[in-house]
Amino acid sequence: MDFNDTSQEAAFRSEAAGWLKENQLTDADREGRSPLEVAKLWQKRKYEAGWACIGWDKEYGGRGASPIERVIWDQEESKYSVPSRFFVIGQGMIAPTLMVWAQPQHKENFLPKLASGEEIWCQLFSEPAGGSDLAALRTKAEKDGDDWIINGQKIWTSQAHYADYGIVVTRTDPTVAKHKGLTMFIVDMKMPGIEIKPIKQLTGDSDFNEVYFTDVRIPDHYRLGDVGQGWTAALTTLMNERLAIGGGGPGADVKLAMEIASLVEINGRPAIEDSAVRAKIAEFHVLEAGLEYNGYRAITALSRGELPGPENSIGKLVGAPKLQAVASFCMDLLEESGVLWSEDDLLSSLAQRSYMGAPGLRIAGGTDEIMTNIIAERVLGLPQDPRLDKGIPFNEVPTGN
Amino acid sequence: MNFEFSEEQLMLREQARGFLGQHCSPSVARSVLDGARNFDPDLWQKVAEMGWTATAIPEEYGGLGLGYYELAIIAEELGRAVAPIPFSSSVFLASEAIMAFGNTAQKNKWLPGLASGDSIGTFALAERPGSATADNLLSRYDQQSVTGAKAPTADAMIANFAVVVCKASPGHVHLAIVDLSDSSVARETLKTLDPSRGHGKVMFENSPAELLGEHEVSWSALENLLDRAAVLMAWEQLGIADKALEQACDYAKQRFAFGRAIGSFQAIKHKLAAMYVKNTLARSNAYHGVWALASDSDSLPLAAATARVASTQASLYAAQENIQTHGGMGFTWEFDCQFYYRRAKLLSLAIGSERHWQDRLVSALQRQRAAA
Repeated sequence: MDFNDTSQEAAFRSEAAGWLKENQLTDADREGRSPLEVAKLWQKRKYEAGWACIGWDKEYGGRGASPIERVIWDQEESKYSVPSRFFVIGQGMIAPTLMVWAQPQHKENFLPKLASGEEIWCQLFSEPAGGSDLAALRTKAEKDGDDWIINGQKIWTSQAHYADYGIVVTRTDPTVAKHKGLTMFIVDMKMPGIEIKPIKQLTGDSDFNEVYFTDVRIPDHYRLGDVGQGWTAALTTLMNERLAIGGGGPGADVKLAMEIASLVEINGRPAIEDSAVRAKIAEFHVLEAGLEYNGYRAITALSRGELPGPENSIGKLVGAPKLQAVASFCMDLLEESGVLWSEDDLLSSLAQRSYMGAPGLRIAGGTDEIMTNIIAERVLGLPQDPRLDKGIPFNEVPTGN
Repeated sequence: MNFEFSEEQLMLREQARGFLGQHCSPSVARSVLDGARNFDPDLWQKVAEMGWTATAIPEEYGGLGLGYYELAIIAEELGRAVAPIPFSSSVFLASEAIMAFGNTAQKNKWLPGLASGDSIGTFALAERPGSATADNLLSRYDQQSVTGAKAPTADAMIANFAVVVCKASPGHVHLAIVDLSDSSVARETLKTLDPSRGHGKVMFENSPAELLGEHEVSWSALENLLDRAAVLMAWEQLGIADKALEQACDYAKQRFAFGRAIGSFQAIKHKLAAMYVKNTLARSNAYHGVWALASDSDSLPLAAATARVASTQASLYAAQENIQTHGGMGFTWEFDCQFYYRRAKLLSLAIGSERHWQDRLVSALQRQRAAA
C-alpha cells in the first residue's frame, strides 16, 4: 500500500501540471462567452494538446492513459476553475456505451467529437411510465424499410435543449417480456418530429426536459446492439452513470461545516466546541473520507484490470444523502440566518443551494432505494422481490392510471 | 499510488482465516463463555506458535519484524473469529507501549516474551466510570513502586504484567511496568458483558514497578500510542462487522416467511445493504488508517480516529441488526449472534468510546485547518 506517486506517476503529474499552468483559461477567454462556450473552448484546447478524455484509446481522441493517470490528471485539473459539467453525460456515460455497442464508422465519427467537446449528447431513458422501473418504458420504434420510426415521450432528459445527439431506448416488441423487447438507437436531436420542453425544478432552475418524439425517422445503422438487446446496452450506460455521478460534485461538506462552526457561537462559545456539533462533524467526515478512500480502492482495482462492479453504487447512495444532511446541518448552525440565500463570502449560499439540489441527486441515476436494492441483490446475493410482471408479455402487464 | 494489500499479505489473510476456521470455530468462544475460564490458553499457544504475537516486533527482540499491514490482517481475522484471547491487550497495547517508550534494556527484557506469547501483557488505564485524563488519574508511581487501583482492566486475571498509567506532572503520566504476580498486587475478576474476554480490578500497594523509559511522558505521547492501537482495534472490529453481515445474509436467504425468503423483503434487504455500506466505508477508512500507521504519516491522528469511529459504528450496527434479522432465534443463548453483539460493544469501549474518538477526530480536523 502506498499513497505516494511512483517515479513514473510523478513525471506524469509534473507534465500535466506544467501544461495546465501554461494553458489555463484566462479572463480574456471567459470574457463575453456563455458557460457552455467557455466549456467548449477549454475542452477543445485540451483535445488539441492530447489532454482530453485521456483514458480513451488514441484513435478516439484520448491517449490510452491508465486509471491512476486519469486520477492524477483530475487532481491537477481540479486545482483550476474549469467547467466540465456539460461533458459528464457524453464522455462519462454515452461514450462508453458507444465504444461497446456502436458500429465502427460511428465510433470513428462520434467519439473524437465527444472528446473535443464539439458535440454535446443527452441520454433519453426515463419516461413518465418508466423511472425506477426503467424497463417499463413505452416509447415505440417500428421498422419501416431500412429505417425506424419513433413515437413517444421521454422525461428528465438533461441537456436535451442544447444536445446535438442522444441515445434513446425504445420498445420494439411489446409482445415479449419487458426487458426483452427493448432496442437502443443513436438519435440526431435536430431531426424533425423532436420537440423539447424544459421542466422547471423546485430549485427554480431548468436542468431537465421533456422530449416528445412524433414520427422521428432513424436509419437502422444508428441502432446500438441487436434488436431486443436494448436493456443490456442500457446497463452499460447505467453502470457508467453511477461511476460518473458519484458523490455529486462540489457542495456543502465537512470543510464548510468546520468553517461555519468556527465562526458562529452556541451559548456564547464557538459552535465547534459544542460536543453535539463535534459528533455530527465527525460522522460526516467518516462518510466523506470513507468515500474518498473507497475511490482509491476502486482505482487500484481498475488499474489491476478488474472491472468496476455494482459495489460502486455506494458513491451516490452515500454521497447524495450526506450532501443533504451536511447542508441542513450547516444551515442549523446559522440559526435563523440559515434561511438567507446570501451572497456573503462565508455563507455564499453553498449550504442552501446544496439543500435545495440534494433531493434531485438522491433520485437521478437511480434512487436511493434502487441503489440499495442493487447492493442487496447484486453484491449480497439476496433474492429479488417477487415481480408481478416477470416473464409476462409487456402488453399484458398490469398498469395503473 | 497503490491502495491494496500485497499478494503476500493477502495470502496471510487466507492462511489466517483457514487457521482460525480450524482452531477457533464459534464453539471455542462459546466454551469460554459457558465455562469459568477467562480465555482459551490452547488457542493462545497456537496463535503464538503461528508467530502472530511476534508480527510487528523487530527481529532483534525476538519478533518477525513484519509490519502493521500484517498485524491489521491478523486483527481482522481474530475479530471475525471472536477469538477469546488477550491479543489486543498484549500485542496492540503492551508490546506497542514498550516499543514506543522503553529503553533498549527494557525492550530486551520484555519483548522476546511478548513475541513468543510466553508472557501476556496488559494496559491499565481506566480507574472508574468516565473518561480518563492526565489530571484525573489517582494511581501514582513513586520511587519504583506503584500505588492505586485500575478497573476495569482487560485480561487482568491472565496477564503476567501490566503497563500502568499513573499521574505525573500536569499533562503528563508515568508508564510503569508492574509484575502482576507480586504479592503486593491483588486482583479480582469483574463480571462483564463479554466473559470471553475477561476483565478484572487490579490493586497496587507499593507494588514494585519499573518506569517505562526514563521519564514521564506527555499525555499527547500516550494519545499517539492509543491512535496506533485504535487502527488495529478498528481492523478487529471490522472483522466482527463483516462476519455479522455474512451471518445475517445467510440466514435471510434460508429463512422463509409468508412463502418467501425473508431476504427478498425490502425491509430486510435494505437493512443488510445498510450494513454493507457501513462496513465498506469502515474498510476503506481502515485501509487509510493502517497506511498512516505503517508509513508513520502525520495524518495518523485523523486517520486513526476516522477508522476507529467508522469501525465502531459498523460493528455495533451489524451486530445488533444481525440479531434483529434472526428474529427470536437471534435472542437465544444457543445461537451465535450474541458473540458479535457482546464483542462489538466490548471493543467499542476499550481505549475510548465512539464519542471520545469523534471528539479526537474533530480535534485533528481543527489542527489540520489551523495548519492550512
